[in-house]
Amino acid sequence: PLTDPPGVKLRKEGLTVNHPVVFVPGIVTGGLELWEGHQCAEGLFRKRLWGGSFGELYKRPLCWAQHMSLDNETGLDPPGIRVRPVSGLVAADYFAAGYFVWAVLIANLAQIGYEEKTMYMAAYDWRLSFQNTEVRDQTLSRIKSNIELMVATNGGKKVVVIPHSMGVLYFLHFMKWVEAPPPMGGGGGSEWCAKHIKAVMNIGGPFLGVPKSVSGLFSVEARDIAIARTFAPGFLDKDVFGLQTFQHLMRMTRTWDSTMSMIPKGGEIIWGGLDWSPEGSSFSCGAKTLRNNSINNTDQIPNINLANMKNVNYGRIISFGKDVAEAHSSKIERVDLLDSMKADMLANLTNCDIWIEYHDIGDHRIKAVADYKVYTAGSILDLLQFVSPKLMARGGAHFSYGIADNLDDPKYQHYKYWSNPLETKLPDAPDMEIYSMYGVGIPTERAYVYKVTTATDCSIPFQIDTSAEGGSEDSCLKGGVFSADGDETVPVLSAGLMAAKGWRGKTRFNPSGIPTYIREYSHAPPANLLEGRGTQSGAHVDIMGNFALIEDVIRVAAGATGKELGGDHVYSDIFKWAERINLQL
Amino acid sequence: MASVLRFRKLCYVDSAVKCTSVGYESFDIDEKLDEKEEDVLSANNFALEINKKRKQPKRQPKEWRCLDSCCWIIGYLCTTWWLLLFFYHCLPVTLLRVPELPGPGVRLKREGLTALHPVVLVPGIVTGGLELWEGRPCADGLFRKRLWGGGSFTQIFKRPLCLLEHLSLHYETGLDPQGIRVRAVPGLVGADYFAPGYFVWAVLIENLAKIGYEGKNLHMAAYDWRLSFQNTEIRDHALTRLKSKIELMYISNGYKKVVAVPHSMGVIYFLHFLKWVETPPPMGGGGGPGWCAKHIKAVMNIGPAFLGVPKAVSNLFSAEGKDVSYIRAMAPGVFDSEILGLQTFERVMRMARTWDSIVSLLPKGGEVIWGNMDRSPEEGHVCDFSKKSHSKTSLTTNNVNNSDVKRGFLVKDLANYGRIISFGKPASVLHSSKLPTADSKEFSRTSTSENFNNFSCGEAWTEYDEMSRQSIQNVAADKAYTTTTLIDLLRFVAPKMMRRAEAHFSHGIAENLDDPKYNHYKYWSNPLETKLSDAPDMEIYCMYGVGIPTERSYVYKLSPNSRCKSIPYQIDNSVHGEDGSCLKGGVYFADGDESVPVLSAGFMCAKGWKGRTRFNPSGIATYIREYRHKPPTSLMEGRGIESGSHVDIMGNFALIEDIMRVAAGATGDEIGGDQIHSDIIKMSERINLGI
Repeated sequence: PLTDPPGVKLRKEGLTVNHPVVFVPGIVTGGLELWEGHQCAEGLFRKRLWGGSFGELYKRPLCWAQHMSLDNETGLDPPGIRVRPVSGLVAADYFAAGYFVWAVLIANLAQIGYEEKTMYMAAYDWRLSFQNTEVRDQTLSRIKSNIELMVATNGGKKVVVIPHSMGVLYFLHFMKWVEAPPPMGGGGGSEWCAKHIKAVMNIGGPFLGVPKSVSGLFSVEARDIAIARTFAPGFLDKDVFGLQTFQHLMRMTRTWDSTMSMIPKGGEIIWGGLDWSPEGSSFSCGAKTLRNNSINNTDQIPNINLANMKNVNYGRIISFGKDVAEAHSSKIERVDLLDSMKADMLANLTNCDIWIEYHDIGDHRIKAVADYKVYTAGSILDLLQFVSPKLMARGGAHFSYGIADNLDDPKYQHYKYWSNPLETKLPDAPDMEIYSMYGVGIPTERAYVYKVTTATDCSIPFQIDTSAEGGSEDSCLKGGVFSADGDETVPVLSAGLMAAKGWRGKTRFNPSGIPTYIREYSHAPPANLLEGRGTQSGAHVDIMGNFALIEDVIRVAAGATGKELGGDHVYSDIFKWAERINLQL
Repeated sequence: MASVLRFRKLCYVDSAVKCTSVGYESFDIDEKLDEKEEDVLSANNFALEINKKRKQPKRQPKEWRCLDSCCWIIGYLCTTWWLLLFFYHCLPVTLLRVPELPGPGVRLKREGLTALHPVVLVPGIVTGGLELWEGRPCADGLFRKRLWGGGSFTQIFKRPLCLLEHLSLHYETGLDPQGIRVRAVPGLVGADYFAPGYFVWAVLIENLAKIGYEGKNLHMAAYDWRLSFQNTEIRDHALTRLKSKIELMYISNGYKKVVAVPHSMGVIYFLHFLKWVETPPPMGGGGGPGWCAKHIKAVMNIGPAFLGVPKAVSNLFSAEGKDVSYIRAMAPGVFDSEILGLQTFERVMRMARTWDSIVSLLPKGGEVIWGNMDRSPEEGHVCDFSKKSHSKTSLTTNNVNNSDVKRGFLVKDLANYGRIISFGKPASVLHSSKLPTADSKEFSRTSTSENFNNFSCGEAWTEYDEMSRQSIQNVAADKAYTTTTLIDLLRFVAPKMMRRAEAHFSHGIAENLDDPKYNHYKYWSNPLETKLSDAPDMEIYCMYGVGIPTERSYVYKLSPNSRCKSIPYQIDNSVHGEDGSCLKGGVYFADGDESVPVLSAGFMCAKGWKGRTRFNPSGIATYIREYRHKPPTSLMEGRGIESGSHVDIMGNFALIEDIMRVAAGATGDEIGGDQIHSDIIKMSERINLGI
């Protein structure tokens, strides 16, 4: 017996349309369509290249990859190719036929009376860096104008914004942009957010980045193949491109600036150093199978597994070799990266058909990378800088990953800091509310064990060491990947820390004291086939169909505040971890 | 591999079948089926033997039975299908694509044109998609699916009555019925294709994209075309959205003014918008008097229905036209009578009468524009349905010797276009003095004494069911109606509808445009009752097809069956004129684009707004661009690249080129000023309108 969907239930309670709703889709889930292309893409005008059936990917894979790539230097359109986001609710309601993203939420909102005039999908080209969406498409201006329009036409009711995944960072960027003066910003003035936004309900927000993006950039693999694939299930199969899938994919995803917005931020203070990490040993990776809808047995399991988790050094995001990953830091011999960089010689040019930056760096560098042995969230940036300088140079102009010492420093007015919550202040809008809503209870990639491949010139020189296993079944190390608690893509730490600590109360990141609420949803896999992807799922995308989350969203849209919703709703140890993090507030 | 296996299996079956036919032909034909199967089996056993037999020269003539033919056909079909599929997969994708004709976009790109002014497309009636947001149980599973336009009309075939119910509006308010929300599909997808392969805006969009247009400078102003124009603002804020969108595009494209391209009814919708946007709130958008001058470079009206279309009359009056209805005129073969059962017309009429927007298309300007009982601006127009014979005018005029016209003095078989509805052919040709006059007082008298006989006629009622038999006959009593009296007629036969709709639309001519009553929104979509905005730099284009016979007036009769729930009037399609006459099947035709007569499309640009007139106080420049209709010459052209018909003109290369040049910055003079094929100037001169 299926329960009533939340929309029907709440309509019976008498809820009706109140605040207009803005959706901000995340990376990968938004559709992209072709507006101008090369010869090989003939007949695809205004057809979806991304999203929908992916039919063209199978028919002409190389052509497809060519059109999906951006210019390697500018991060904008390559000459002769224009791929643009699909607009409207159709942009991201379904990612592929039958695979919903926003559709369930939309349908439930419609039950209480929402329709096109009160719902708006802020579709943007998720491949671009955030500021570039404005430069090329004026997307931020459009969002601003649309929000103003919706507020005006709905009797001055403020909007409820619902960003998902990378959309969370995008909207963070937007809130800074809109109040900044032109030409860099939107010129809305310092009260724009206070006037127009009632609440920002972040779903699965990677506020502080995702470790997956590192492996995505570093070697286009994670447990799934690419960063693209981490957010969208199995469409990019190996067979499509033939043998060189990885290289093709890597070349394509590396032209996307947006992937760099999700590199872990805050360095060792947030993500842990060589010998400590905020998560410590509190997560039981094996517990996933035991967990049910009830949570009462969670407090027993960690005790059983404690022994296995002593040595999980989440702080070491990349280690070369399993032994290195588990040894104490004093026992690891490291060759300094900078030294080897100086001794570096020019790359031996290879004649591979597919260009990726790895072919420009020589064997020496590759060896030096491996010799450094262990990388934390801080040194991971050096690593990426080292192996792909051009990429990072391009990305560095748009994103920043540090922690601000002094937020009043005028340099923080530059747009590259706007999407980093640790380097910006929230707007002055004390009546606004910020929600962090995310799933918990699914092992989520947190750190990796790598190895150097011995293959030929034309392949990627690093690979996850899939042979590294944790030993027992409950270990957090599986197939070269250390897992922590999260929603399968974003670790709890990244999704919850800002709401739990960084913005809680009046802090320097949140000077006006905007109230924050954490709403966690414990993952329960679908009980039977009828439920499809589950009504209690906590997985990164499937959570969009989680009835509890939808109910929360609808209640807030219909006028409730965070307190009326029940305030914080926490399953994980996020508050305990937050205490361990020594972040100056 | 699979295909090879399949082929082998096929051969096997074939041979088996052959065997049965050769070896067992002496069997009775009515043998039972299971027996046959046994035969096939045993036949296999004997296959060798029989094959030997076959080689012998002595062979009985084959008896080719039905079953064998069937098997053969199936076999052949399967093989061919498999082969084709096989080749399809072997060939590269590009080879199979039908080479498309290079549109003007490619050529203009080579000329160096690039996107300059943002473009706003305003779709017309019927062509925009509608989707369901809330519905009755019968529409389960259709949430956010298209009920109208776009993809498939499959739903209409599956559950026609349910769909009709959802597409209807509330009869009293003209807004949503209780529990039903049907909304316009937003974005370019809203009206690019009406049905798969049936383009509306798609060709234009594709060509514009060639010179650099994309989402940020190309916008489709989708609106719910069933509503009255002001109601689209009240319910959906459609006008406010359009205003905000235009302002945004103006700013974000470097302060370049917008080129608006409305089509069909979108033309008067945009006219309404232009007035609305400068009017102060609450009735208007509060953009202030300079808004249009600041934001709009040109309005390029395609197939404009400025002064209405006669088709709307027949649609409202009896849900039919030359093609069954106005809807059907634009959308091919959707409303077939088989789908909806017997009462197609009644149901369609009931639905269409809830749509206020159709009333906006009733002919405007009354007898001054459309002609009175005895004269009309088009008179002298020669129709020829087969081929062009412009030089043979004299021939057709001499030919007229009809008995019907006997009583009249010597006239050419002039179509009395002014009589937009006449009952019986005599009423359509006789001189007015010989006709009983249609007096509006008469209507009011009968309507008061009318007894409401609500004999329950089931659900498919129309307002005709509330009329007494007597008044129905009164209406038809050998009369003819001009455009002015027509409105009275409609008020009489459908009082509720007209009461509802006339709160939103007006069809007259203003005596004094400064009269404060003209500030009301119901006048805004009537070009004869509004002033254009004060924007001397703006340009207005009237672009339309000519050379296609277009419905202009009708000959009606009482419908023979008097059962309740039926529509009491129908077009008398037995009435034909002589060769060369404009009367055919009860309909008089005039020049036009198949839906909109030239008069309606061109008059405002040719006279009403030409120069500085009272309708155009700031002297906005107007240009007439006519496109002579040429049917597609080959199959490759699809619906034609030189078509002039109402919707197909959107694929007319000349028209697309004009739009692109203007969007890229050209002015009306630069693209060649007026381009006229029809008699529009002459017609306009005959119209005695104070400007």
